[in-house]
Amino acid sequence: MKAKVTVMPKAGVLDPQGKAIGHALAGLGFAGVGEVRAGKVIELELAETDPAKARAEAEAMARKLLANTVIESFSVTLD
Amino acid sequence: MQAAIVMFPGTNRERDMALALQRATGRKPAILWHRDTELPAGTDLVVLPGGFSYGDYLRCGAMAAQSPIMRAIHEFAGRGGHVLGVCNGFQMLVEAGLLPGALLRNASLRFLSMDCHMRVERTDTAFTGRFQRGQVFRATMAHGDGNYFADEATLDRLEGEGLVALRYATADGQVTEAANRNGSARNIAGILSPNLRVLGLMPHPENQVDPLIDGTDGLPLFAGLAEALAPA
Repeated sequence: MKAKVTVMPKAGVLDPQGKAIGHALAGLGFAGVGEVRAGKVIELELAETDPAKARAEAEAMARKLLANTVIESFSVTLD
Repeated sequence: MQAAIVMFPGTNRERDMALALQRATGRKPAILWHRDTELPAGTDLVVLPGGFSYGDYLRCGAMAAQSPIMRAIHEFAGRGGHVLGVCNGFQMLVEAGLLPGALLRNASLRFLSMDCHMRVERTDTAFTGRFQRGQVFRATMAHGDGNYFADEATLDRLEGEGLVALRYATADGQVTEAANRNGSARNIAGILSPNLRVLGLMPHPENQVDPLIDGTDGLPLFAGLAEALAPA
């Protein structure tokens, strides 16, 4: 079973990378872009076949290592 | 004082740190590997030096914080042992939960390789005992992710409990925005654990310990440790 962990900077945490991307988009002439936030996606191939257990496992991994919950939030989706 | 420096794949400041410690104590520090599972008997100080452990993958210090030696360092700190983390070592300490907060990308998005000045906020610690309160000393910063962040409640607690050890300042001790090159919350350059025995800071005091090579601004930190942690 595949799990996808999306890690994003928390609201209120400075995201200079997102800001720089926003500036670059404006420079390229893309108008109407508001705030840009940049995060990361981590794909995990899990041996677990039970969706509830796989989700719990991926969430535990996110809390322990994949995300730093001081500055980042995460969400898990399963394929 | 017996110090132990821990190396990780990608650590690159262990030699300078070893020289600084040896200069202050007259003893060679032990050099440990991240896969080691215990500290040498009689260790008084554990040092996590700078570098780019594990290529800064995922987040700076995140991988190192999960390595086998960290369990021993947690236990050592829990027993009241002294731990110093510089630059990447500071990032490891926050990732390992030994200090609060996090180190974000520099606000300018630029890697900063330059000297900075820090104001010493308290001197009743093993790390800062040889400085005067309010003294400013120069050190070199070399980091891309040194922008100290914590939520407001944590920052207030750090300030309230006097756990901010060092602040970015001008050479004459003014804590200004211009002196805060990486954008750290409240100009924080270094913080202490509640028992004052764990210190993390981004700049490199080990760069300035030799009068012939860029002066001795950083030496009081190491001399202070040697004095405070000398066998009774």
